[in-house]
Amino acid sequence: MSEKLPGNKKPMNPVKLLAVVLGMFCFGFLLVPIYDVICDVTGLNGKTGDQYVVSERPAVDETRWVTVQFTTSNNADMPWEFSPSEVKMKVRPGEMHGTYFVAKNNTNQRMVAQAVPSVAPFSVAQYFHKTECFCFNQQVLEPGESVEMPLKFFVDADIPDRVSKLTLSYTLFNLPEVAAN
Amino acid sequence: MSAVLESHDHSHDHHGPAKGWRRWVYTTNHKDIGTLYLWFSFIMFLTGGCMALVIRAELFEPGLQIVEPEFFNQMTTMHGLIMVFGAVMPAFVGLANWLIPMMIGAPDMALPRMNNLSFWILPFAFALLLSTLFMEEGAPNFGWTFYAPLSTTYAPSTVTYFIFGVHIMGASSIMGAINIIATILNLRTPQMTLMKMPLFVWTWLITAYLLIAVMPVLAGVVTMMLMDIHFGTSFFSAAGGGDPVLFQHVFWFFGHPEVYIMILPAFGIVSQIIPTFSRKKLFGYTSMVYATSSIAFLSFIVWAHHMFTVGMPLAGELFFMYATMLIAVPTGVKVFNWVATMFKGALTFETPMLYAVAFVVLFTIGGFSGLMLAIAPVDFQYHDTYFVVAHFHYVLVPGAIFGIFAGVYYWLPKWCGNMYDEKLGKLHFWLSFVGMNMTFFPMHFVGLAGMPRRIPDYALQFADFNQIASVGAFIFGTTQLLFLFIVIKTIVSGKKATAEVWDNPEGLEWTIPSPAPYHTFSTPPDVK
Repeated sequence: MSEKLPGNKKPMNPVKLLAVVLGMFCFGFLLVPIYDVICDVTGLNGKTGDQYVVSERPAVDETRWVTVQFTTSNNADMPWEFSPSEVKMKVRPGEMHGTYFVAKNNTNQRMVAQAVPSVAPFSVAQYFHKTECFCFNQQVLEPGESVEMPLKFFVDADIPDRVSKLTLSYTLFNLPEVAAN
Repeated sequence: MSAVLESHDHSHDHHGPAKGWRRWVYTTNHKDIGTLYLWFSFIMFLTGGCMALVIRAELFEPGLQIVEPEFFNQMTTMHGLIMVFGAVMPAFVGLANWLIPMMIGAPDMALPRMNNLSFWILPFAFALLLSTLFMEEGAPNFGWTFYAPLSTTYAPSTVTYFIFGVHIMGASSIMGAINIIATILNLRTPQMTLMKMPLFVWTWLITAYLLIAVMPVLAGVVTMMLMDIHFGTSFFSAAGGGDPVLFQHVFWFFGHPEVYIMILPAFGIVSQIIPTFSRKKLFGYTSMVYATSSIAFLSFIVWAHHMFTVGMPLAGELFFMYATMLIAVPTGVKVFNWVATMFKGALTFETPMLYAVAFVVLFTIGGFSGLMLAIAPVDFQYHDTYFVVAHFHYVLVPGAIFGIFAGVYYWLPKWCGNMYDEKLGKLHFWLSFVGMNMTFFPMHFVGLAGMPRRIPDYALQFADFNQIASVGAFIFGTTQLLFLFIVIKTIVSGKKATAEVWDNPEGLEWTIPSPAPYHTFSTPPDVK
């Protein structure tokens, strides 16, 4: 067959194309970690990082204040009462703070929930560090039980000067499959 | 063993097709498979068209008259899926099967058995998809773009049939694309260098590369959905650490090249037809090849212009906006080349040429509304309105579908040996042209005024334009039965066509008799 080709080139082996297909199938799945890494690095999407480990006491910027607002919402089929204990705090960048959120299971069955955090504006998500958060674990509540869920955080001293206010919002998701097991 | 060999020898003695249904089920002949693809795609075109007419009948008046909102959503979803994967893509693969071997002087496709398989799994894919209409929970209802979590958490259980249907049609497309690349790269007649290939072959080569690059990503995204629904993963579920916006990124990484998959072969068809009826060589052949390649490359870096409103950072909006606008440059090169080909040509307007000229004009309108949508700040107004519906129907109906019509009229005499009825062909063109514009042009206006897409009811002030659109849709839809009649009439009773069919057309396919013999180019032909 090779003598048929212009310029006496060797014929292309179609199996090579199958490798492209497999490669692109894997690439589709690779987009998932790529997406997460890009969101983590840039803080796009308001995605906050996982538990932040403080190696040394962060420097505190005594010259300015940043207001942190707390909001909560329930995802579609989530019946719990869920609210922050205080709606906002004024903090110094670098200073460690704690607050708590209250959740109550008003239903008559045992339920499991997962809170997912998000920071607005998206561009400052990377400056908000949680050293302890109830969102790192699932919450299990018996019927009628309520719980105070702690959050410890600090705002990075490197946060741009133009930012004087940021909002941390939690969405509570119902996990009926987990509760069933 | 010897019996097998004997029967093999025997089949070499007569070169005609087998008789009866075996011919079609067992065939490895590129012409037979091309015919199968084209008929299959026409059946799907009518099926998807009926669904469009259900949508337009419901939207004839404001309020809910004919169907329930749930069923309306199923219709919009199935219409989109069937037209994209069942009508347009198989039609182009069918044209490729018929034409590419004849255009490059090859005896058949490079992988004929796989060719048979890639066609025959398609009916099963669409049987799976269409069977959901008869199930208790109804067909998929989340739009052809199947955004998560609508298609995962909130989907009807029939979504699993949809997922496997997409897997199978994806496998079919990938096999078809591999076959086309192997045929073009390996089976060209000796003197045909890449830059001597007809443009239809070039555009299909590029399309085939797009297919093998993005169909696996589509398979990946529906696999992730399958895992989210049935195996407890959380790719797209925020509760488990996933992200629904990720779905849109992966989907449109497939979806944007996909829209070029549906238009590039039409570019090729029009580039074959316009020179013939202008009696001139195609203007700017080389620039056509490079423009097509640039469009294909750019299609990979513009996907997020479908999702300007998800909350992207400004840098992202700007990047995707400018990258999208850049596509207008190679597309403009192509449009100007077609116009320059016609300029000072000895033009005649037979049916294929009418469709080709309408393609150039109307596709350009669709391109311009695309440019409007590319402007990120105004897209917040246009997003998910009928303006988007008008835009993509202008690039798909007079783009892809008129391109297919043009190709069928142009090559039908070569395929079946008979000339179609020119008067009826022109009637089909003018009814389609009027019907199509009546349907989709008013959608620009209601879209700009804020009518949202995928909703069975609308505010009173949109009623007039929607009635015009619905009347146009029924004209366009019923006209396609005339097309069916024309094709059948041509096959059974048309006047005999000459080998050249047209006035001195360019290309190897016109050097063989009409109808094209069952086997052609057993020895490679010479090209200048």
